[in-house]
Amino acid sequence: MTTAGHNVGTAGIAGDNVGDDVLLDVRNLQLHFPIRRGLMRRPAGYVRAVDGLDFVIRRGETLGLVGESGCGKTSTGRCVVRSYDPTGGEILYHGNGTQPADIAKVKSTALKQYRRAIRMIFQDPHSSLNPRMTLRDIVGEPLKVHGIASGSELDERVASLLQTVGLRPEYMSRYPHAFSGGERQRVGIARALSLDPRLVIADEAISALDVSVRAQILNLLQDLQADRHLTYLFISHDLSVVEYLCDRVAVMYVGKIVEMADTASLFTAPQHPYTEALLSAVPKPDPLLRDRRERIVLSGDVADPADPPSGCYFHPRCPYAQPICATEEPPLRDLGNGNSVACHFAEELDLRGVTAHTG
Amino acid sequence: MTHVEPAPDTTGARVDPDTSPEGSSAVPGGTKRRNNLYTASQWRLMWWRFRKHKLAMVSAIFVVFVYLLVLFAEFFAPFHSSDFDAEYQHAPPQSLHLFEETDDGTRFNPHVKGFDYESDEETWRRTYTTDESEIYPVRPFVHGHEYELFGLITTDIHLFGPTDPDAPMYLFGADRNGRDILSRVIYGTQISMSIGVVGVVLSLVLGIVLGGVSGYFGGWIDSAIQRVIEFVRSLPEIPLWMALAAALPQSWSQVQVYFGITVILSIVGWTTLARVVRGKFFSLREEDFVTAAVLDGVSKPRVIFRHMLPSFTSHIIAAVTLAIPAMILAETALSFLGLGLTEPTVSWGVLLREAQDIPSIAHTPWVLIVPAVAVITTVLALNFLGDGLRDAADPYNK
Amino acid sequence: MVAESVQTSASPELDHDSLLSVRALQTHFPLDQGLVKAVDGASFDIRQGTTLCVVGESGCGKSVTARSILQIVDRPGRVVGGEILFRRQRRGAGKGPDGEIVDLAALDPKGAQMRRIRGGDIAMIFQEPMTSLSPVHTIGNQIVEAIQLHENVSNREAKERAVEVLHKVGVPRAKQRFDSYPFELSGGLRQRAMIAMALSCNPALLIADEPTTALDVTTQAQILELMRELQDDYGMAIMFITHDLGVVAEMADDVVVMYLGMTVERGDVVSIFHDPQHPYTRALLRSIPTMGMGTRTRLNTIKGMVPDPYDRPHGCPFHNRCGEYMPGTCDQIVPPPIDLDEHRQVRCLLHGGAPSSGVRNEVNT
Repeated sequence: MTTAGHNVGTAGIAGDNVGDDVLLDVRNLQLHFPIRRGLMRRPAGYVRAVDGLDFVIRRGETLGLVGESGCGKTSTGRCVVRSYDPTGGEILYHGNGTQPADIAKVKSTALKQYRRAIRMIFQDPHSSLNPRMTLRDIVGEPLKVHGIASGSELDERVASLLQTVGLRPEYMSRYPHAFSGGERQRVGIARALSLDPRLVIADEAISALDVSVRAQILNLLQDLQADRHLTYLFISHDLSVVEYLCDRVAVMYVGKIVEMADTASLFTAPQHPYTEALLSAVPKPDPLLRDRRERIVLSGDVADPADPPSGCYFHPRCPYAQPICATEEPPLRDLGNGNSVACHFAEELDLRGVTAHTG
Repeated sequence: MTHVEPAPDTTGARVDPDTSPEGSSAVPGGTKRRNNLYTASQWRLMWWRFRKHKLAMVSAIFVVFVYLLVLFAEFFAPFHSSDFDAEYQHAPPQSLHLFEETDDGTRFNPHVKGFDYESDEETWRRTYTTDESEIYPVRPFVHGHEYELFGLITTDIHLFGPTDPDAPMYLFGADRNGRDILSRVIYGTQISMSIGVVGVVLSLVLGIVLGGVSGYFGGWIDSAIQRVIEFVRSLPEIPLWMALAAALPQSWSQVQVYFGITVILSIVGWTTLARVVRGKFFSLREEDFVTAAVLDGVSKPRVIFRHMLPSFTSHIIAAVTLAIPAMILAETALSFLGLGLTEPTVSWGVLLREAQDIPSIAHTPWVLIVPAVAVITTVLALNFLGDGLRDAADPYNK
Repeated sequence: MVAESVQTSASPELDHDSLLSVRALQTHFPLDQGLVKAVDGASFDIRQGTTLCVVGESGCGKSVTARSILQIVDRPGRVVGGEILFRRQRRGAGKGPDGEIVDLAALDPKGAQMRRIRGGDIAMIFQEPMTSLSPVHTIGNQIVEAIQLHENVSNREAKERAVEVLHKVGVPRAKQRFDSYPFELSGGLRQRAMIAMALSCNPALLIADEPTTALDVTTQAQILELMRELQDDYGMAIMFITHDLGVVAEMADDVVVMYLGMTVERGDVVSIFHDPQHPYTRALLRSIPTMGMGTRTRLNTIKGMVPDPYDRPHGCPFHNRCGEYMPGTCDQIVPPPIDLDEHRQVRCLLHGGAPSSGVRNEVNT
């Protein structure tokens, strides 16, 4: 199994595991934006925002997708909800016991049924709610459009949804400008829940919120998952939140997954140097630790996805880089324990993770 | 350090009782006001914001007044625009007297006084003097010439006028045919202002359709429409209008010329509005709430009409208000050059054309000043109103 | 009011190691919707050559406090009370306890003295570098201009110093980058360029308003490291404004916690993190996920939301979210500052200031 094909490695593994527990099976997903130049607007190159992703999301789990800005994590989420049309690959959605459907290739007119099952929570609670609509209209819109409820039944449904996310039903006739960021995000969550989805894509859903409100929303997301058997794809740049919420984590760098593992392994024993650097860069909220730890400070900037370096995209910044890293691209390979990594030297390197500290 | 501490302490203690009575009494009212705010629709928020713009408010009242003049020009004007009296060519403005001095004392009797004149032998120019003995009473709601309001109601009531319909009353003076300038400006307002509105409505339809198509679909359709807009805008405006206006057939009736002129003005006017609409579509397409609507399963027309359009109707209203003055000025310019409307139709441009020659400016300045003041104040008021609307158009940006 | 402040500045009372002392600062915004007391009782000291972190959530007034120090509060905001005492060193005299003490709150915001202090003695960097860098000038020219604005040096000398400072903040190939426009640089490099501009005049105090919030973690780590190095080299004090407690723990010597315009607690970083005294500080520390805690633990939350600025709670601004709320006391009395020891201060009625809490006060102090 470890010798399975390079790029299709995890897809193969996923294929073996495809059983009742897989909800979404993403294979070799690509999203390339053409860079057009000149009068005739011919593509002069491509920005490889997402460049061959393979991963599965199991029913009821939370998969974290982490990486820095421009790594393609948001684009991935947008492909799964088909807000962007992927330029290649498959997104197989396993509904209830039926044949999986490839969301990547469904015609946009036939998407409506999947849009009930796969919903999204946006990052910015200010821009994601139409300021000219009341909460009733915002939360009720999907119910109306899908012909689920109307009239007083709609009002009742909206009221109970608002209650579910911790808002008072009387607020229904208010406009978004009446609410703080945290409350607006609750409205966004209510809208996502209105169609009783199976999979929720949370794209930086708490990044724009105040520290004291984040915890409330994180707890809410957990409660909802338990109550409604939700599956989350949790996209975030904040590793401490990802550790807290996710069962498994995929780390992305310049459009590719460099490491995917269960949360505990990833945080305690990272296999990829980039994961190690990310973990090391997160400031720990304990002043007594700051002199004791050796921080890995990466040099340079994230590679340009329009003009990535040769070989391993991370090699110009990698403290452990060898000559082979500049020439040969490491495939994402299984390490035998369900975790996978894209590094030539994963076995040789002894990388530092995060250890629980006693504050 | 410790020495300083009592200072904030006492201020803290002092501040509290000071604010508490105010605070406690203000809370219920404040909460109610806030509840209002929370359930306020965008139009209500816009109105609150617009209200604060004093100049725009005054302008709005003025513009409403001007449009009332447009609707009821026949009622407001004491005379018809073509009523003439050769007796009173170039008569100067009269003053309206409210009280009459009689032998019994002073009594309330609004009136104007008659004219005497002498003709200069050489220049034929008349010099008017007031004839104190002739008194023509002026009353509100007098009977004058007959007219049909909106082509429906036949009446002869005018807002005000001399009790004797043939009496000379020239509050703003008379032109070379002895026609009342005030009445002519009021009739001119009707034509000029309605050309502005009709022209803008026409450009708006073109602008929204083409701009919307351009902005929503993008791609080559957008490129094609943009090239057309750039081409139209690259043509010099005045020569283009002149060429088009000159091409209107001589045989056309006044009504046909009127619509011909509006169409000509809209040919250029729509490009600005199309750009506004396209730009708004482009920025809104990327807004999260529009993406959210698409992900809700909302159909394309519903996304456009329910989620996108309400976000910029207010901007369009502001853009339209700012486009009207340009239309008015364009019509005035064309008519002034003799390429637009001509007698017997009366527009501000036609009136200004009559004041073209130096002698009339020198000796009968009211022929120029009255229509010019009408144009300037109206255009300014529309601009201030448009500015106020534009500032209020997006009440969610602070 | 002004005369009074001038008088206080004439009789300076600033701790010998303090560079800046903000005392009972009040900055209010009279808006149409009501009076917003953005800062209403902020007090803290910044010691020479150390880092003070000001931490708080949105709307707590931390940015307005910083802007009040430089007298660049957006209209219609105005400093309406309090003092901002600043020890102004003479050029080239080195950083020491001597120097004249000025009350920045009493200076004319547009006056010559304030303009000399701004950018010269006190420099500021922002969250979004593009807002403070001009997009139409090269970064080199902007730094040269900043130097020449405050010091009388030749073009050549200014340019040499600009390249040197760019090199110092870790801009690679500084000579070539001198001629770059801000949009040609990555986010991290822009932030470095802005720091270079701020440092070009060797300020005694650098105010950094959320300088790393818009950056990725790896870039943030670079910038934090850079700021620490520069502090060692230049010996300046830093006032670091952030909402990220992790960054506070990394950077701070002293910490000020703000809530709704008030400094609710201040002290050295270890005491704040390991012995927080104000219920808000405690709740804030409990509510953040910490790495290494493991998965799926439940976070403690602070109930409610940050109140609307037009609708400030009565008494202690935190009382309606506080777990240790004492009815009849906390909703009536604005807590006065209580000194716990020389560098520790807390504004909470549990520690004193309430008529009935005299006993507790003694116990805690």
